[in-house]
Amino acid sequence: MIKFIEALLSQLAQTMLVVVFAPLMLGWVNQCRAWLQNRSGPGVLQPYRVLHKLFHKDALIAHNASAIFRSAPYIQFGCMALAASIVPVVETNLAFSPAADVIALVGIFALARVFSSLAAMDIGTSFGSLGARREMLVASLSEPALLMVFFTPLLIAQSSSLTVIVDTLAHREFAIYPSLAFAAVAFVMVLLAENARIPIDNPSTHLELTMIHEALILEYSARHLALIEWATAIKLTVYCAIGIALFLPWGMVEAGDWPMFPVAVGILVAKLALAGAGLAVMETVSAKMRIFRAPEFLGMAFLFAVLGLLIRLLLGA
Amino acid sequence: MNHGMRVDGYNFEFSGISGAVTALRATVDATQWRETCRRAAFDGGRLVALWGSDGSDAGAGFVVHVALVIGVGLIVITLPLADERYPDISDIFPAAGRMQRAVRDLFGLVAEGAADERPWLRHAAWPADIFPLRKDFSNHQSPVTSQSGAADDYPFVQVAGDGVHEIAVGPVHAGTIEPGHFRFSVVGERILRLEERLGYKHKGIEKRFEQMDFMEGAQLAGRISGDSTVAYAWAYAMAVESAAGLTPPPRAAWLRAILLERERIANHLGDLGFLGNDAGLAFGLTQFSSLKEDMLRLNYELFGHRYLMDVVIPGGVARDLSADGLARMQRECDAPERTVARLKGIYDEHPGLQDRFITCGRVTPELAARLGLTGLAGRASGQAWDLRVEYPCVPYGELDVRMATHRNGDVAARVTVRFEEVSESLRLIREMLARMPSGDLALPVPAAAAGAFGVGWIEGWRGEVLIALEAAGGSSIRRLHPHDPSWQNWPVLEHAVLGNIVPDFPLINKSFNLSYSGQDL
Repeated sequence: MIKFIEALLSQLAQTMLVVVFAPLMLGWVNQCRAWLQNRSGPGVLQPYRVLHKLFHKDALIAHNASAIFRSAPYIQFGCMALAASIVPVVETNLAFSPAADVIALVGIFALARVFSSLAAMDIGTSFGSLGARREMLVASLSEPALLMVFFTPLLIAQSSSLTVIVDTLAHREFAIYPSLAFAAVAFVMVLLAENARIPIDNPSTHLELTMIHEALILEYSARHLALIEWATAIKLTVYCAIGIALFLPWGMVEAGDWPMFPVAVGILVAKLALAGAGLAVMETVSAKMRIFRAPEFLGMAFLFAVLGLLIRLLLGA
Repeated sequence: MNHGMRVDGYNFEFSGISGAVTALRATVDATQWRETCRRAAFDGGRLVALWGSDGSDAGAGFVVHVALVIGVGLIVITLPLADERYPDISDIFPAAGRMQRAVRDLFGLVAEGAADERPWLRHAAWPADIFPLRKDFSNHQSPVTSQSGAADDYPFVQVAGDGVHEIAVGPVHAGTIEPGHFRFSVVGERILRLEERLGYKHKGIEKRFEQMDFMEGAQLAGRISGDSTVAYAWAYAMAVESAAGLTPPPRAAWLRAILLERERIANHLGDLGFLGNDAGLAFGLTQFSSLKEDMLRLNYELFGHRYLMDVVIPGGVARDLSADGLARMQRECDAPERTVARLKGIYDEHPGLQDRFITCGRVTPELAARLGLTGLAGRASGQAWDLRVEYPCVPYGELDVRMATHRNGDVAARVTVRFEEVSESLRLIREMLARMPSGDLALPVPAAAAGAFGVGWIEGWRGEVLIALEAAGGSSIRRLHPHDPSWQNWPVLEHAVLGNIVPDFPLINKSFNLSYSGQDL
């Protein structure tokens, strides 16, 4: 019983950590981008200011919007908060972890995406449908690649549960898996595509015709937009956390090791900061691709993931 | 000066137009109207502008004017109308189509035989039987809106077929940009057809000029298209000086040229930044923006206005450049030159950026010639026309301007031409600063005779800006027509995007960067 309460506490602490500090992660990435462009930037707290502003505005909703349009922001936020509960960030003792494995995690992301696309088409503007179409193009290619990425650590750990994978990689005897290197490259490519970052999408564009993710949310305002923006920040953080859990899990504490908890948080912050800075560098040096290059890009990600899997299966490495 | 002269190939007499522009004018009949256009097109000439005029207050009727460039220079052909109809020339010069539609909206003069008879500048703002530029329409008479506030029903051309759908963009956009409506017919992401609808910024500038005197008009001219304020103000001053028979002092002409080149550099730097940004390379935008901002701040310090408004006035210039200012400007030519060269290296060697730029939005030289693509975009498509080279006014005749041209006609070519023009303009500024003549800044503008005609023609950063002016006597204006090169280039954009994908449109559009305000008037 005590063990379960402990797991529940740990679960709560981790989920809160991700949900509350996700905008900070986004702010950090944006700040790094600003520095790399020789700008001073708005500061790392800017996403919080934006959320504060949006939560205090009156929501405008199209006359012909159905329940899907109104509920989609809550569904997206819920999905991302749930995803944040499944991914171990500082500790592997999570109450929810038996409930969903990595394959379910992919499903949760897909659920959020389906609703955001449905909501975009719901009001019938041309940009909504345009964005939904492109979103589905990218998703249909990035989701298989993401699943493929998960299969390599899954084979190593002989389990599809993220906590077991992390325990296997971080807390058993130290081993280097070349197969994971291939999977990691594929994962970074999928991360860029799934989070609507350059080179697939440009989160800071104001050009309607080039948008993918932004086109889906053009008609949202106020609290709905705030929830979507927040969910986007959580998604980015969760993706970084997945990358850390799969490829750099060292430093995460084992179940019940409470004294080490603050240390693990510190290590996590350092890793996320590095990941954010790396993301900013990648986004600064590359231009956005033509949309029809996205299949090539994600095909490459899929190929890398399959290579990792083959290396694991055929060479056992 | 005004005795008749003949031009080879034209069977009527021309008279000279005094002033800085090499220009002739002639009055023709309806047959000669089309003959002249056909002959000019055959000889490789091009259409500059087409506009109407109402002579009823001076005891005459309606006329239409067309300005063409032929070998000898600019010719302004005037056709007096007996019955509010004139022969269509859009089959000879496709760019004339929209100008003729605008003439119909504003004067009720009909181009007989024109394929497209839809309104152009007139939206729902005034009824179809009210013609605001006629002399019997008073500015104080409030036009009754035909459909009070409702959107009018403009018949866009429909594309039929399996899987074809339309995307309507604008006139209100997600960014802070000028209003224009773009109707795409697409299959998937591929553009089958683009139709533009402009005119949302029509504000009656031409009518407003008719209540102004020469000096007041200069302020308005500088605000027709804010990014080309020097080009417009200079063209306007040139037109006034041409009508009044005044030659501005040399120092004024040289200072005007420096201002024009600074305007060109500032706009090109801004565009180069945005072209990088629209391809997802925000790094380019911040670098070029800071270079542009340095230019603008120096403009403010030396001339009192960031965008150089109200510096060029009829008769000369309003502000002098001190010896200190001159030295300062000379020094501040070096830093941008170095930085721009480095940024050009980055743009040229960036694979992602080049992948977006090359072959994107291509206008072949043949298409450009047929449609009359002009200015910067024309030079990127092999149309080697630059007024500073072809028909140089003072001081360009003494400067040996090198024209930047390219033949590929894609976004990459328009980027390259911009880079080359920036370095050429920096060179010109250096040279002009070194050779700056001394003397008066401005001369008083004498009264112009009623009916006196003047033209101003300036190669702005976007292309050639024409201002045609008819004086009403004294220093008042009877009719003034400002012409922006965007009239010619907007229709070409519809062709440039064909076969490209929808997300590439903003990039292609930016590479042309045409004016809305300048052509909506």
